[in-house]
Amino acid sequence: MKVKMLSRNPDSYVRETKLDLQRVPRNYDPTLHPFEVPREYVRALNATKLERVFAKPFLASLDGHRDGVSCLAKHPKSLATVLSGACDGEASVTLNVRIWNLTKRKCIHMIQAHEGFVRGICTRFCGTSFFTVGDDKTVKQWKMDGPGYGEEEEPLHTILGKTVYTGIDHHWKEAVFATCGQQVDIWDEQRSSPICSMTWGFDSISSVKFNPIETFLLGSCASDRNIVLYDMRQATPLKKVILDMRTNTICWNPMEAFIFTAANEDYNLYTFDMRALDTPVMVHMDHVSAVLDVDYSPTGKDFVSASFDKSIRIFPVDKSRSREVYHTKRMQHVICVKWTSDSKYIMCGSDEMNIRLWKANASEKLGVLTSREKAATDYNQRLKEKFQHHPHIKRISRHRHLPKSIYSQIQEQRVMKEARRRKELNRIKHSKPGSVQRVSEKKKRVVAVVK
Amino acid sequence: METVPKPGSRVPPKKDKLQGKKKKPRRYWEEETTPTAAEASPGPPRKRKRNRELRPQKPKNTHSTKKSRISKKPQVPKKPRERRSPGPQRSLSGAQDPFAGPAPVPVEVVQKFCRIDKSKKLPRSETKIRSQLEAAEAQEEEISVKAARSELLLAEEPGFLEGEDGEDTAKICQADIVEAVDIASAAKHFDLNLRQFGPYRLNYSRTGRHLAFGGRRGHVAALDWVTKKLMCEINVMEAVRDIRFLHSEALLAVAQNCWLHIYDNQGIELHCIRRCDRITRLEFLPFHFLLATASETGFLTYLDVSVGKIVAALNARAGRLDVMTQNPYNGVIQLGHSNGTVSLWSPAMKEPLAKILCHRGGVRAVAVDSTGTHMATSGLDHQLKIFDLRGTFQPLSARTLPQGAGHLAFSQRGLLAAGMGDVVNIWAGQGKASPPSLEQPYLTHRLSGHVHGLQFCPFEDVLGVGHSGGITSMLVPGAAEPNFDGLESNPYRSRKQRQEWEVKALLEKVPAELICLDPRALAEVDVISLEQEKKERLERLGYDPDTKPPFQPKPKRKGRSSTASLVKRKRKVMDEEHRDRVRQSLEQQLQKQEKAKPVGARPSALDRFVR
Repeated sequence: MKVKMLSRNPDSYVRETKLDLQRVPRNYDPTLHPFEVPREYVRALNATKLERVFAKPFLASLDGHRDGVSCLAKHPKSLATVLSGACDGEASVTLNVRIWNLTKRKCIHMIQAHEGFVRGICTRFCGTSFFTVGDDKTVKQWKMDGPGYGEEEEPLHTILGKTVYTGIDHHWKEAVFATCGQQVDIWDEQRSSPICSMTWGFDSISSVKFNPIETFLLGSCASDRNIVLYDMRQATPLKKVILDMRTNTICWNPMEAFIFTAANEDYNLYTFDMRALDTPVMVHMDHVSAVLDVDYSPTGKDFVSASFDKSIRIFPVDKSRSREVYHTKRMQHVICVKWTSDSKYIMCGSDEMNIRLWKANASEKLGVLTSREKAATDYNQRLKEKFQHHPHIKRISRHRHLPKSIYSQIQEQRVMKEARRRKELNRIKHSKPGSVQRVSEKKKRVVAVVK
Repeated sequence: METVPKPGSRVPPKKDKLQGKKKKPRRYWEEETTPTAAEASPGPPRKRKRNRELRPQKPKNTHSTKKSRISKKPQVPKKPRERRSPGPQRSLSGAQDPFAGPAPVPVEVVQKFCRIDKSKKLPRSETKIRSQLEAAEAQEEEISVKAARSELLLAEEPGFLEGEDGEDTAKICQADIVEAVDIASAAKHFDLNLRQFGPYRLNYSRTGRHLAFGGRRGHVAALDWVTKKLMCEINVMEAVRDIRFLHSEALLAVAQNCWLHIYDNQGIELHCIRRCDRITRLEFLPFHFLLATASETGFLTYLDVSVGKIVAALNARAGRLDVMTQNPYNGVIQLGHSNGTVSLWSPAMKEPLAKILCHRGGVRAVAVDSTGTHMATSGLDHQLKIFDLRGTFQPLSARTLPQGAGHLAFSQRGLLAAGMGDVVNIWAGQGKASPPSLEQPYLTHRLSGHVHGLQFCPFEDVLGVGHSGGITSMLVPGAAEPNFDGLESNPYRSRKQRQEWEVKALLEKVPAELICLDPRALAEVDVISLEQEKKERLERLGYDPDTKPPFQPKPKRKGRSSTASLVKRKRKVMDEEHRDRVRQSLEQQLQKQEKAKPVGARPSALDRFVR
């Protein structure tokens, strides 16, 4: 007879002293872990609920401007520094450009840059100086550090123009910047007259943006409803697309050179592929009022949009609906928005003179995470992804509280949209088959592409 | 053209040619014979080897590499030289790894961890979703290989009992085993003589550390049976029908003559649940925190012990219920009835999920093994049958026993114990997932009284038997799973660990509605349910709520809505719909005709007569 009984030595399963960690032997045999899927489902449900519980995105409000914040700029080298310009209409009483320190949440520097509106602000790629344009028909270059003790605040350069400039953007690698107004001007930093100026049509141009990858490409949008693309190396514009309504700003995708997103007056955002402008890649709709500004995250996977409906929304690039909406009671029409370079925060400047700082991921825990915390969040994230289509989990993760004004407008617009759809269907139904074509939502908005 | 070999460069490209002329630099401790031996080895020539080293080998597709990593057969130990020859990998120091690459894993072990059913086809879907599903499948496969590889790290080996040539293990009595094994194991065999309080029911806690038993005459006790430390001992002054630990050893449910009582480990009565009366059997579902009770009145009641609510009370409509067991794989409760059927229940359904006709005559005992694949039943017809629970519910094997088994229990490794009068028989199968073969018993034991309760102790090679003479703890080598999971049920856990585990377990309490026959259904793509839902709703309502209501013209204002015009408008819409229908049916007819027409056949003059 040969016999062996299961006989464990307790010493190999119990810790020796109280200072040791407890021993936890593992066995991944599925029969020892029954109900794997239902338990994972419950964990995913709990994780989703906790995500909503901890979704507190608002971090800070920077106040100090005496008028609505009209433009924001990121510092290219320092994460904690941000520049803002205000629309101070009163002549030279108040200071209308400020530099902020985000970690201290304080204004570190103030400049009376222009008389009236500061229309645009941008930093030089090296972070030593910045440019402003204002309603007083000037372009000014300023030192980032400010004047030394006892010195007076003076711009490094001032360019006097003939017309009002409405926007400015700096080249990402060279000492070149572009302004827009009646025409798009490209300037060398050393000269007081533009290298070249380009026009196409006669309306005023509201913004101009350099492409961060193909650095000689520019995009601009004008109030005659078109978006024009330029190549800096040639004297004439490349091509333009005319939309149904006016585009307020565009923003280039920092990871995909040929993709840009346009913030439109018709409450939608359009993501275009510049190689094929006749249909947008994606129409992003969720706002209930004109979209005023848009900015990409550095990862190129999401972008944030600011709207006149007093909210900001975060959209994934490949989805037509937003994944997040931020609003507060006190935030008025949001004029400008920026996604910080570490892709963790969002800043928005609004009409009621404040700059607000938000988390890009609403339920993210800030600060240093221990490895166990990190593992737990990663695990929960994966579970949420795995069970995201289950109706109960989907309902919880999708739910957002909205202010009444936005909520009722959404309902109203849903009714309007349904009515339009019904009318179109009826039109197709009661006309000769084939004579009325159904036009897709994407194609509907593009009027023409001109080369 | 000759270059000086740099000390940093590993393989100078021209060295192959020079090898004949120039000797390789050797360390003093290397033997003279090593290079010649290397030359003589049956491996491929050096040049090719070097090529292989230099070129990073890129797998063509991931599937093939994964398959190649799993060896098809159980590993036969090879000679070291042979193993070295196919792909010698050199490290910087020049030493060779004799076991290059990841460790091979036997395919059966991988099968055990495999969570996807390869036989099922992926549903038809968009290419994007399809590729996502495929990627997920590939990932699952990789994970199962990894999990199988971690099997190497398990510390303990299962026990066994083998007779010498021709010796029947069933003839080996407990005293022999006790004599042969070590002292610690021998101490696990004991008898408690408790003749006074009549036949006993017993229950081990989930960690296998604690034992609770209750006698017919009201004796209830709980003890740490390994150290023999008594936790509590009381007499409830009432008949005890069944006893069961709740999620931890701190709580104890006792089915007494009238009502269900819950005691703590001090023997203090915490609750008396009067909504559960005249209970005969108790079962606890640990992941759902549900206490299932079967009563004399024919009700199966689910009590949620975490909140103290009755989740469901189901009328089995089969008279007195006194045979109950749970399927540990999916949490389904199985009831045995006096008409020979076994019914499967979940709290979400008022009707049984399935009914299996097992015996001619009443069912006396039911047991399900830990993988949920086999069910053993015994009936008044003295038969012992083993059923396959995976879909078909067909009997796999049957055997007539002289006395018939009154109690059945499965062990963690698939051993089946049956109590027949005062004898306990144990049958063993080939492995963990195979059914026990009923030809030859593995062990037998005669007790001092009639068996009244049986349970294998989890994680110990012990079978607890409650009988009219008390409690017997039998040694059954090879019954239990040798390696426990510390986070799931740890016999050696401290108080703190237990508390932490309790919080975690409560947080992930599975809702009672999720109990169904296939617990993995929640993770699968639900294809048919939409159609089925619609059909069911149609049946329930008696009409289709999605169909358009008949057109009702809106009354026009200012007296322009005459009855005639209303009727006219109605007529118009009806005609339009009628035309649509006719048009559609015509199109369908056309399509049918085109399909029916044989392609390429010549038209015949006789075609005109074809109808």
